[in-house]
Amino acid sequence: MSDLAINVRQMTRCFGKNIAVDHLDLQIPRGTIYGFLGPNGCGKSTSIRMLTGLLTPTSGEVEVLGQRLPQYAEALRLRIGYMTQKFSLYDNLSIRENLSFVAQIYGLNSRQSRERVNELLALYALDKRQTQLAGSLSGGQKQRLALAAATLHHPNLLFLDEPTSAVDPENRREFWERLFDLCNAGTTILVSTHYMDEAERCHALAILENGIKRADGSPAELMATLGAHVLEVEGDDLRTLKSQLTQCPQVLSTAQLGTRLRVLVRDQTEQPQQWLQAQVNGRRIEAVRPSLEDVFVACTGQHSVSSATARAGSDSEQGERHV
Amino acid sequence: MFEYRVNSNPLIATWRRVAAIVVKEIRQLARDRMTFGMIVMIPLVQLLLFGYAINTDVRHIPAGLVDLSQSSYSRELIAMTEASQTVDFVRVYASAQEAEQAIIRGDVKAVLYLPADLGQRLSVHPAFNRDSGHSNSQTLQPVGQWLVDGGDTVIAASIRSLRQLPLDTLAGRTLKDNVPTFEVVQFFNPEQRSVVNIVPGLLAIILTMTMIMFTSAAIVREREQGNMEFLIATPVKPMELMIGKIVPYVLVGLIQVGIILGIGHLLFSVPVRGGLLTLLVAALLFIFASLTLGLVISTIAKTQLQAMQMTVFILMPSILLSGFMFPYEAMPQLAQVISEALPATHFMRMVRGIVLRDALLWDLQRDALWLAAFTLGGLAFAALRFKKRLD
Repeated sequence: MSDLAINVRQMTRCFGKNIAVDHLDLQIPRGTIYGFLGPNGCGKSTSIRMLTGLLTPTSGEVEVLGQRLPQYAEALRLRIGYMTQKFSLYDNLSIRENLSFVAQIYGLNSRQSRERVNELLALYALDKRQTQLAGSLSGGQKQRLALAAATLHHPNLLFLDEPTSAVDPENRREFWERLFDLCNAGTTILVSTHYMDEAERCHALAILENGIKRADGSPAELMATLGAHVLEVEGDDLRTLKSQLTQCPQVLSTAQLGTRLRVLVRDQTEQPQQWLQAQVNGRRIEAVRPSLEDVFVACTGQHSVSSATARAGSDSEQGERHV
Repeated sequence: MFEYRVNSNPLIATWRRVAAIVVKEIRQLARDRMTFGMIVMIPLVQLLLFGYAINTDVRHIPAGLVDLSQSSYSRELIAMTEASQTVDFVRVYASAQEAEQAIIRGDVKAVLYLPADLGQRLSVHPAFNRDSGHSNSQTLQPVGQWLVDGGDTVIAASIRSLRQLPLDTLAGRTLKDNVPTFEVVQFFNPEQRSVVNIVPGLLAIILTMTMIMFTSAAIVREREQGNMEFLIATPVKPMELMIGKIVPYVLVGLIQVGIILGIGHLLFSVPVRGGLLTLLVAALLFIFASLTLGLVISTIAKTQLQAMQMTVFILMPSILLSGFMFPYEAMPQLAQVISEALPATHFMRMVRGIVLRDALLWDLQRDALWLAAFTLGGLAFAALRFKKRLD
């Protein structure tokens, strides 16, 4: 048995002329939490739908848990769990009724179903509300119910499509605790997000933009191989400085954080710190540790540096900017 | 790692999944008070309404009168006409022109015109004066005239039935017994009450409407509300989903059959001559066929609104072409072909046969087989059309 839960080569999906996912390669080891990071419309959901067998790839090879898709989609249903982006359980059924329904759909008998539902209600702190209709739950409760439903049949592989988009930070932390519990028990998890802090929790992640994988690796690797130096400038009148710096070809991006301005200077620049010092009229400069957001900024959008995994064909516009 | 190994017997797994969907549908239905109420109210209200309202023997048509003769003969003719109960003279006009204006305005549907020379006309009319000698037919004239708003053919036909009035009593003779050419013996509905024909017909119409409506929304609703993406990622099979969606509404259909035939029997004295078991089989066949038709719509429609529009598209011909309103035999051939394609037509024949004529399933086997085949074909079509894919 392969130690890859997901092995994808050149997976592509077109909707008409629009290419939603463009020759995506993915190797996700078993027992890890893997993240898809990217803005809305970057192909995260489309990729997940292809990996769950709900969409047929236009081209490319997809192997999930050692089985080829789309041929073995039905056989995989029992081994994968899928939590959709939009709440997809029944609003006019109670929490318990929803879970019992899912249990029966997965073929549990009534005793197994009762035990498993009780177990999940306790695990996700829903037991006090089990008779409440799902439609009247808060965002966090709905999300826990959806996770309970997606994991009810003990899937080997769990897909979560932007699971925390309607949830407050406290509930998000709690949610991630549950994900690490599942991962610890051997479940491979693929989660899509547009939150940096969530992406940083993953063992490894892929940054997607316009259906193209711009970079992938563990958060630490990505930060280490960032194609820029991260410097912070402290002082007054940062708005003017920001607009000045944005004009310089050496600067990849700038972002203000309160009284500081975070500047990404391209690696090609010689002596980046000295170069920047010359631009900032005696304001204080400090080199800081890159964050995932810096990585994201560096490899997406118009500033994009060519990263190790970005595809050559899509680099033409970025190539011009390298100068 | 722990994994459930409960699907060793695929039949048990299938049974559990169908049962899960049935229970879920019933729970959702029970929570939807409005829909739940409609299950009972639709047949109840519509039966009461149509049972009393629809009547094909036309009586008491508002009519006008122009009596230029003002004689004892004219008064007696008017009384005889009114005694038929077909028309009520509600207005009197002075001239034919005035009467015509009244018909145009819609005040009355028909006007009886009695000319000034009524006495003279009567005296030469062979039905009045048997001794007048059969003179040249050109001199023979009717004694009066009906002016009729011909727009409504049912009313016009009723007035036409007043063309011949026996004039013997008017002439002071006892009514002569006319021996008819043919004698008519009426089976099954001796009093000729239209409600006896309408109640079983309404059963077909109401079931068509409610059954198709319930299931036409069934799949689309799950898609619209976002439940479908989760459901198709589970091991549920298309046919299991289809059957699970149909079964709860079979019960609903049977409740409606009970309400309609029960009230029809109690309030309108519609006999149920045939066997109840035969009736149950026929009703079940039709309920399944209608629900399947709804499912087919549901797999084609993209929104609930579209599903509703398609339901109405099926409902109209079911009312007008199924034999509910107009006899099947009187329709042109093309209409008959369309009519044959509608489940309602076949059930209409079956239910009238069973309720009114005590027909056996054997007598109705063609319609029964047709409904069964329609159900199986429709289910297969819906299950094939339903893809566990989003593309």
